[in-house]
Amino acid sequence: MAGSETLDSGEYIKHHLTNLTFGNHPEHGWGIANSSDEAAEMGFWAIHLDTMFFSIGLGALFLYLFYKVGQSATAGVPGKAQNMVEAIVGFVQDNVRSTACERNPLVAPLALTIFIWVFLMNLMDLIPVDLVPSLAAWLGVPFLKIVPTTDPNATFGMSLMVFALIIYYSIKIKGAGGFAGELTLHPFGKWGMPANLLLEGINLLAKPVSLSLRLFGNLYAGEMIFILIALMYGGGMVLGVTGGLLQFVWAVFHILIITLQAFIFMVLTIVYLDMAHQESH
Amino acid sequence: MNINVTLFGQMLSFAVFVWFTMKYVWPPIVKAMDERKAKIAEGLAAAERGQHEQELAEKRAKETLLAAKQQAAEIKANAEKHATMIVDEARDKAKEEGGRQLTAARAEIEQEANKAREALRSKVAELAVLGAERILRKEIDAGAHRDILDSVANQI
Repeated sequence: MAGSETLDSGEYIKHHLTNLTFGNHPEHGWGIANSSDEAAEMGFWAIHLDTMFFSIGLGALFLYLFYKVGQSATAGVPGKAQNMVEAIVGFVQDNVRSTACERNPLVAPLALTIFIWVFLMNLMDLIPVDLVPSLAAWLGVPFLKIVPTTDPNATFGMSLMVFALIIYYSIKIKGAGGFAGELTLHPFGKWGMPANLLLEGINLLAKPVSLSLRLFGNLYAGEMIFILIALMYGGGMVLGVTGGLLQFVWAVFHILIITLQAFIFMVLTIVYLDMAHQESH
Repeated sequence: MNINVTLFGQMLSFAVFVWFTMKYVWPPIVKAMDERKAKIAEGLAAAERGQHEQELAEKRAKETLLAAKQQAAEIKANAEKHATMIVDEARDKAKEEGGRQLTAARAEIEQEANKAREALRSKVAELAVLGAERILRKEIDAGAHRDILDSVANQI
């Protein structure tokens, strides 16, 4: 269990689900929140330092590795790193190929970024739940969530950017009128305009919401299960060994989930942008 | 679990990452891949071309060999013909020469024979005259029986 024995299970779980929040508390002023309640009281103008740190760190790692490979990429015999990067790039290309947005130079790099970034952020979930937070606690950091994708801010941040791109390309390709027509003239024709708008509006808004909540939900649930398994370590020999076994099994299964979720996020982004690029039905 | 300004921070960093990928990561990798693809396609085409050329060269070599053989046979045939011709010619010439010499020898023999005959004839005539003279010295004059003597001489 996490370093301090004073926590009971409920507090332990809550502790693990609280971000390291920096903001302006109405009573304590600027600083790092010391409890999840304090973090909530900081309101909107607070920032999750751990989410920012790990997501930007992992994104930078991804960009650094791929940039380095890109700089030394040769058309001759590729090295191991180049081989791997090319396999991933080829995989993304295959997914973008034969969609309406194939010609758009933004879509494929966007998809690559999403895939790798989300994958790396998800990958943090495989690090034992207490390892990094305990280390941080020892260094005096009260809270630490190392999986950015279990923070809805991160998943919504991505999905809202994708949503903005959907709107942007819908209007750019179809024109404002065409986009408005798509929202209001289907499926019931022009006399059912309010119903159409309601249906298509929900359809449109569901895209970013489902995109981010799917990723968030999967990772949050996965993290939660790791935390629950970790609780078993405090329950004696038999529970501890069972917990260890369960953690291993869940981690193996989780490898599939994190890759799958990264892939789904990427593919849905491509699909949504593809729909945005298509002339109306 | 709170939605707060982290959202904007994430949106911003996501945008920067995507921009960076689009600008600096994606193009060189894709370029290298496309170049390699082109290179491989080129190599395959070159290999095919090489094979084709080899086939052509083999065919050409075969043709050349065949032509050379034909030529050699032709030359051989010509030479044989020529040789036969030379031999024939030589034979003809020899025959002709032999014939000529034979003719010459015959003519000479004839001539010799004629000469001898002439000499003999005149000798016989002389002898006859001489004999007759001796016989007839007593009885006939040579001048008066000349035509008889001549006809005798001619009959020899």
